[in-house]
Amino acid sequence: MRANLALLAVALVIALAVPFVASGFQTLEVAYALIFAIAILGLNVLTGYSGQISLGHSAFVAIGAFTTAIGVHTLRMPYLATIPLAALVCGLLGFGIGLAAGRLEGIYLGLATFALGVATPDLLKKQTSLTGGVKGISLPPLTSPIAALSDDQFFYLLCLVIAAALFVLAVNILGDRTGRAWRAVRDAELAAAAFGINVGYYKTLAFALSAAYAGVAGALYGLATAFVSTDAFPFQLSIALLVGAVVGGIGTIGGAVIGGLLTEFLPIYAQQLLLPISKDLANAAPGAVQGILLLVVLGLARGGIAGVLSDIYRRLFEPGSSGARPETATESAVTPSPV
Amino acid sequence: MNTSVVRVAIAAVMSIALAACSSGGAPPAATGAPAAAATTAPAAATTKPAAAPTTAPAAAANLTASDSGVTKDSILIGATVPLSGPAAAYGTIAKASDAYFHYVNDNGGVNGRQLSYKYLDDAYNPAQTVPLTKQLVEQEQVFLTFGGLGTQSQTSVRDYLNGKKVPQVIVATGATTFAAEFDKFPYTFGWQPVYQGESLIYAQYIQKNSPNAKIGVIYQNDDYGQDYLDGLTKGLGSKADEMIVDKEPNDVGAPDLNSQILKLKNSGADTLFVFETPSPAIKALVAASQAGWHPTIYLNSVSNPVPYIQAAQKAAGDDAAVNGIITVAYLKDPADPGQASDQGIQLYNQVMSKYYPDGKPQDAFNIYGMATAWSLVDVLKKAGPNLTRQAVMDQMANLNEVDNPFLYPGVVVKNSPSDHYSITQEYLAKYDTSANDYKPLSQTIDVRGQIKFP
Repeated sequence: MRANLALLAVALVIALAVPFVASGFQTLEVAYALIFAIAILGLNVLTGYSGQISLGHSAFVAIGAFTTAIGVHTLRMPYLATIPLAALVCGLLGFGIGLAAGRLEGIYLGLATFALGVATPDLLKKQTSLTGGVKGISLPPLTSPIAALSDDQFFYLLCLVIAAALFVLAVNILGDRTGRAWRAVRDAELAAAAFGINVGYYKTLAFALSAAYAGVAGALYGLATAFVSTDAFPFQLSIALLVGAVVGGIGTIGGAVIGGLLTEFLPIYAQQLLLPISKDLANAAPGAVQGILLLVVLGLARGGIAGVLSDIYRRLFEPGSSGARPETATESAVTPSPV
Repeated sequence: MNTSVVRVAIAAVMSIALAACSSGGAPPAATGAPAAAATTAPAAATTKPAAAPTTAPAAAANLTASDSGVTKDSILIGATVPLSGPAAAYGTIAKASDAYFHYVNDNGGVNGRQLSYKYLDDAYNPAQTVPLTKQLVEQEQVFLTFGGLGTQSQTSVRDYLNGKKVPQVIVATGATTFAAEFDKFPYTFGWQPVYQGESLIYAQYIQKNSPNAKIGVIYQNDDYGQDYLDGLTKGLGSKADEMIVDKEPNDVGAPDLNSQILKLKNSGADTLFVFETPSPAIKALVAASQAGWHPTIYLNSVSNPVPYIQAAQKAAGDDAAVNGIITVAYLKDPADPGQASDQGIQLYNQVMSKYYPDGKPQDAFNIYGMATAWSLVDVLKKAGPNLTRQAVMDQMANLNEVDNPFLYPGVVVKNSPSDHYSITQEYLAKYDTSANDYKPLSQTIDVRGQIKFP
């Protein structure tokens, strides 16, 4: 436990050092990774803990971004105030969709959320007066209110504080009875219901919380680019988030951070690496690497990169333990019934 | 989670994945690249002032620069262009500009400085233009952006570039706003004739030659398509409502335009205006032909190069699909054998064959790319050895270029502090399938001072 805390402290120090070591542009890149991490954490709560799949999270990110854009541009709200607003809007929307989603299972839920992800950009595009249509909404660039910090440094630290708060919140919820209920629902819905857990309520709650996280990510994304248009949130973003969640480590908190870093940096590096070999190869690289990683993880390490790291860590520092992690679906107390 | 462990993990996983999917020498590169990427320092500007005092002051006075992207022997120029996506046909423009820069470099550069052109693919998607432009400015530290392509794309970064005081010059779009709103965006300059000017020429021609035309318009539903449509509507004036019988918008990247073309055909229109980029323009021409509809066609200049007309002709399997298309031009025509002995065309062909052998010389987008590059080089030369962003903007604002060898004879590039319309002369031309090229239909027409914005 003490070693864990030490690790966390080191991670925090590194995260705090980034804006003062890296260039402004690199700082912004890491900020994007944090934004992805927030969205992936939300998806993780939904898929990893409550066992529901979503292929439509790009829609919540888009709506979060447009909430901020409309708030800042049209309603002249202060930047920071739009972030909780985006969480609220997306949370309510997620609650509504969760009500319907709770009645769907497996592939049907996947298809319904897929439709959400595909349709939302087009629906937003048609609301020209609200969203600017194809033109999108340009925002004045975010300026740092603290003289000692540059704009990029301020924005990065803002993302870091929000991400840290949301991670602490997630850890608390997941460790509490809500988290236990979600895991019970995920592992054995019938058994959970038999124990008196309100399955529909907890499923809907997971959707709402997950959507709110995606909304915050969208709001921060809007502020980071200072330009919000529907083209920024294609259905592929949902897939990228899901791949990030799975490869990072589904059902783990740390996996979301790894997933965020992967989602931001992997496409960039993959392209840079392949560019000297062939331009065509480089263009195909981000998608191909995503696919290969997903296959590798599914085939060799279901716990994702977080799982592998934590195994290594246990072997190195806790020789007594078996290396298996207690928090995977395969370790569940009750085996899922095939009903 | 420990982020350094995470980074190592990312690098490791990437190496594994790359080793699995690529052959031969990739794995060694895989471990090195992330580190290399992380070390790109932002110090381009800071090295200069430190070096200047220690070297001979006289030499330093000859070649000085205080802005990012310029050293004593190089100038870094950036752009975002569509190398993929719905408007990928325009990608060749940046390659032709780059070819000309290489030619200039091999002939001594600009005031002793070599030009380096970094153009990134934004797929004609403003959502990608914004981060890529930030990358060019903040990571690559370009001196200026030149030839950024796309009305919507360049509009989406105009605030940012002006806020950062980075010149956004010779944007590859003719949207009227780039010429008209210079007081709001002092660091932004267009170059090509504005769309509303082109539409005005069509409107004047049609009112004179076929005043009873029933016009149908197909246009891309964004600032670019709407700008053309606005210009046509204004140009027709009080007759617009009567003459334009139908207008059909389509989104960028629409898979086909059949339903729009059928609606236009059924509206009773006998004249079709196509305000589309090359790929959808071809689709519209083919769809009209397949519907058995042969109106008089006006095609916007941004899709008119001969190879695209030939592609439509071939896809439709019918000469009538493209014969008689009316458009405008202001560049020399590399597809015209009659102009082959022209010095500008000869230089163009020479640069194309040596520096861009994969390009199609008869594609007028390439001569566009070269003509814009010529103007930039001209501006940079005139800005002098003490190259600053301000000097470039001053030269742009007072440009009076009568000797650009790639422009149609008599066409000038002219700005003044109160007029940023750059090129305002164009001539009408008509496509002739028997010659596989356009034939001029008029002398150059100058619309300077006639465009009202908004």
